[in-house]
Amino acid sequence: MSIDISQFLATFYEESFEGLDIMESELLNLDSSSVDDETINNIFRAAHSIKGGSGTFGLKEVSNFTHVLETLLDEMRSGKRKISQPAVELMLTSVDVIREMMKSLQSKLPLDQARINMVHAKLEEMLSGEEPKKSPEQQSATSEAIAPIIKTSNIGTSYKIKFTPKSHLFRTGNDPLRILAELSELGDMEVIANLDKLPHLEKLNPENSYLAWEIMLHGVVEESAIKDVFSWVEDDADITIETVSTSSSNAQDNASALTVDVISESVTQPEVKAASGERDNVNRSSVGQENAVSKTDQSAVRRAAPSDSGSIRVGIDKVDALIDMVGELVITQSMLNQIGEKFTLDKLQKLQDGLVELERHTRELQENVMRIRMLPISFAFNRFPRLVHDIGNQLGKKVELKLSGESTELDKTVMERIGDPLVHLVRNSLDHGIELPEKRRKIGKPETGHVHLNAFHQGGNIIIEITDDGAGIDTDKIRCKAIERGIIGENDNLSKEKTLELIFAPGLSTAEQVSDISGRGVGMDVVRRNINELGGTIEIISEIDVGTTFRVRLPLTLAILDGQLVRVGSETFIVPLVSIIESLQVKAEHVKSIAGDAELYRLRNEYIPVIRLHKTFNIESDSTKLVGGLLVVVEGEGRYGGIFVDELLGQQQVVIKSLESNFKKVEGISGATILGDGTVALIVDTPGLIKLSKLNQHSYSELSELSSALA
Amino acid sequence: MEARQSIELDILSRNTDTDQYLTFLLAGEEYGIDILRVQEIKGWDNVTQIPNTPKYIKGVINLRGTIVPIVDLRLRFRLDPISYGQTTVVIVLKVEGEKGMRTMGIVVDAVSEVYNISDDGMKSAPDFGHAISTDFVRGLATVDDKMIIVLNIDKLLNTSVLEQIDEGVVASTL
Repeated sequence: MSIDISQFLATFYEESFEGLDIMESELLNLDSSSVDDETINNIFRAAHSIKGGSGTFGLKEVSNFTHVLETLLDEMRSGKRKISQPAVELMLTSVDVIREMMKSLQSKLPLDQARINMVHAKLEEMLSGEEPKKSPEQQSATSEAIAPIIKTSNIGTSYKIKFTPKSHLFRTGNDPLRILAELSELGDMEVIANLDKLPHLEKLNPENSYLAWEIMLHGVVEESAIKDVFSWVEDDADITIETVSTSSSNAQDNASALTVDVISESVTQPEVKAASGERDNVNRSSVGQENAVSKTDQSAVRRAAPSDSGSIRVGIDKVDALIDMVGELVITQSMLNQIGEKFTLDKLQKLQDGLVELERHTRELQENVMRIRMLPISFAFNRFPRLVHDIGNQLGKKVELKLSGESTELDKTVMERIGDPLVHLVRNSLDHGIELPEKRRKIGKPETGHVHLNAFHQGGNIIIEITDDGAGIDTDKIRCKAIERGIIGENDNLSKEKTLELIFAPGLSTAEQVSDISGRGVGMDVVRRNINELGGTIEIISEIDVGTTFRVRLPLTLAILDGQLVRVGSETFIVPLVSIIESLQVKAEHVKSIAGDAELYRLRNEYIPVIRLHKTFNIESDSTKLVGGLLVVVEGEGRYGGIFVDELLGQQQVVIKSLESNFKKVEGISGATILGDGTVALIVDTPGLIKLSKLNQHSYSELSELSSALA
Repeated sequence: MEARQSIELDILSRNTDTDQYLTFLLAGEEYGIDILRVQEIKGWDNVTQIPNTPKYIKGVINLRGTIVPIVDLRLRFRLDPISYGQTTVVIVLKVEGEKGMRTMGIVVDAVSEVYNISDDGMKSAPDFGHAISTDFVRGLATVDDKMIIVLNIDKLLNTSVLEQIDEGVVASTL
C-alpha cells in the first residue's frame, strides 16, 4: 500500500516557511567576528530539514538548490570556511530564493528560473572560488560545490552495503523498497536479497520484515549520502557500509578533471588536489546532523506561523484553559439546575451566589476565547531585523535594531493589517531619522544608530512605539512646506504637536529628496488611514538631533470597540469613541448655513459640516432644531464633522457584529452590535458618514476656503 | 460499513422524489418553501431599522448573537401592508447567496402546513404578469385541491436584487 504523501505537503510547506524564517533571523544574528556554533547549527538544521523534506516530496528544484546552501553551511559549521559578510548576504538571498521557489511551487506558478540559476551559480562560485582551506593536504569542499551537477567527487568508489532490517521495520512506517530505490539514484547498484530468514508461507507474519540485502553500489557517491538514505531506519536495521575499492589517485584525477570542467580556470591546483578525501570531515559532521533534525522539528512546532489559509495555530495551553473553563461552567450550570429543581425561598442566597459564579465563568470564558485569536506581536516584528539589515546596507547606514515586548499579544486580524504601516514607519526612521555615520560622528553621536521597536499593553489598548535616535523632524521645514502647499495659512500659529501632525497630511513630504525607500510624509497619510481603519491612533514625538518616536495605539481586538451610545428618535447608534473629539451643545451664533440646507458649525477657528443623523439616515428624531441640540464632533480620515443627535447615552464596550455576513454593506454604518437588552444597535462608520453627509461634494480644501471666507 | 452506506443511500434516493415544504399564508394565498431551508419560526418582535434601505427590509434582529435581516414579504410582493397581529411570524431561512449561505428572515401573515410534494406534482409557473416575477417561483403544486406557489427563496432574497433601493428598478424586475 502506498501512502499518499501529498496530504502532508501543506504541513511541509508550513514547516519549511518556518524553517526559512529561522534561517533568516539566525543569519541576521550571525556576527562574523564571533561565530556562535549554536547559531550556525540552527541555520544548518533548518536548511537540512528543508532539503530532506523537499527531496521526499519530489521538489527537486528546492532540494538541489538547498543542497548547495547546505554544503556551504556545513563547511562553516565544521570551521573549514570563515563566515564572511558576503557569504551571509548570499545566504540571505538564497533564503529568499528558496522561499520564492516554495511559494511558486505551492501555488503552482512557474519558477523564476533565471534568478534561481543566478543565485545557484553564485553559491557554487563561492564554494569553489574561495579558499576554504589553507593547507594543501587538507581536503577542500570543491567537490561539494558541484554536487548538484555531479553529486560528488568519488568517482569509481564502490561500497558494499549490508542492510538487514529488524523484523519490526514495517511498523515504523518505513519501506525498504523506497530506500533501495533512493540508493539506486546514487549510482549503479547490484542487489542480492538474503532470503534465509524467510519462513514458510503459513508461518509468515505479513507485518514482519524478513529480508536482508547486500548491495554493491558503484558511483560518484559520498558515504554520507548513503548514510542519509538510511537515516530514517538506522535504529531499526543493521547497516554496515564498507568502501570496497579506493583508487584514490584515480579519484583525485577524475575529480580534478571534473572540477576544472565545471568551474573552469578559477580553481587553482592546490585546491583541486584537496578535492577528493573530504569525506572524513563530512562524515563526522553528518553524525551530529541527524540529532539536529529532530531538534528543528521541535522548535518548528513551538513557533506557530501566521498562515495564509486563515487558520490559526493555537498553543495547547490556551485550549486547555478553555476546556477547564467549560468544565467549570458545566459544574455551575448543574449546581444552578439543582437549586432550580426544588426551589424554596431560603435557597435564594445560594441562587444568587450561583449566578455570580456563572457570570464570572462566562466572562472568563469570553476572555479566553478571545485569547485564541491573539498572537504575540513577534509575528509582526520578525520581519524587521531583515528589513533594517537590508535598508541599512542600501543606505550605507549603521543601524542596530532593538525589539522589546515581542510577547505582547494582539488580535490576528489587527496584526495582519498593522504590518504594512509598521514597515513604512520603520523605513521612515531609517531613511529620514538615522543619519549617515559621518554625520553622526560629527555631531558627537555613536556611528551606529538605534531603532527600537517596543510593544506593550496600556489599558485596553496595545501601544507600539518606533523610536529612533536620529535627526528628528524639523518643524520649521514642515511649516514651510505646508504653507507652500497651502495646507496652512502663513499666519497660522500652530503648536509643535500640531505642526508635527501635518506630516500626515496628504502630499506633504519634508524629504529634500524623495528616495526610493520612503519619504517622510509621502504615504504617511496612508499610514494614518490604515491605523485609523483599525480603530487606532498615531502620534509623533520628535526632538531635533535627539530622535523621533512614533506611537501607534491600537485596540486589542477588532471584535470589541469602545463606543459612545447616542439616541436619535427611537434608535440607538454607537459612535466609536476613538473618532470622537468632543461633544457640545450647539450655540446659535456658531451656526452658519450655506447653499440652503447645508450647515456649518464654527468650532473655535474651524468650520465643520453638521451631519444630521435623522436626515442622512432618514429616521424620525425628537428635535430638528439645531440650536440647543447636541453635536458630537468626530474626526475620520482627517475630516471633521459634527453629528447632530437627540441625546447622549452611556459609553460602553460593544462587541462588533458584521452586517455584511447576512445582509450587505450599508453606507455610513460599519457594523452592528447587541445591547444589553438584546436589541441591535448600529455602529456609525465615521469617515463614511462624513462622506455621506450633505457636504460631501465639497472637498476638504474647498471647505477650508469656505471657512476662511466665512471667518 | 458498506451495507450501512447503501442503506443510507437508499433512504436518500427514496427521498428525492418527494420533498417536504412548509407553507405560509400571505394575503390569502398559500406559498411553499423547502423545509430544509427553514431554520426556525419565531413570533414578530421589534427590529432595528437599517437606514436608506427599501421599505420591505424591516431591519435587523438579534438571533442569538447573529444579526439577521428581516424582509416583509407582503411589501416585497407589493401587497397592501397590514398591521402585524397574533399570527404574524418570522420564518428564519438559510439562503444561498454568491458569498455562501446567509441567514435571513421573512415576515408572513401566518404559517400553514407541511406538505409532501413530489417532483411530478410540481408544475412550472405561468407568467403572473404583475406581482411576482416567475424567477422567484419554483413551481406550482396542487395539494388537497389547493394551489401552492412554491418559491425559490435564493432568487427572491438575493442581495443584489435586494440592494436595488430604487423602487423603479425593483418594480421592473418583479
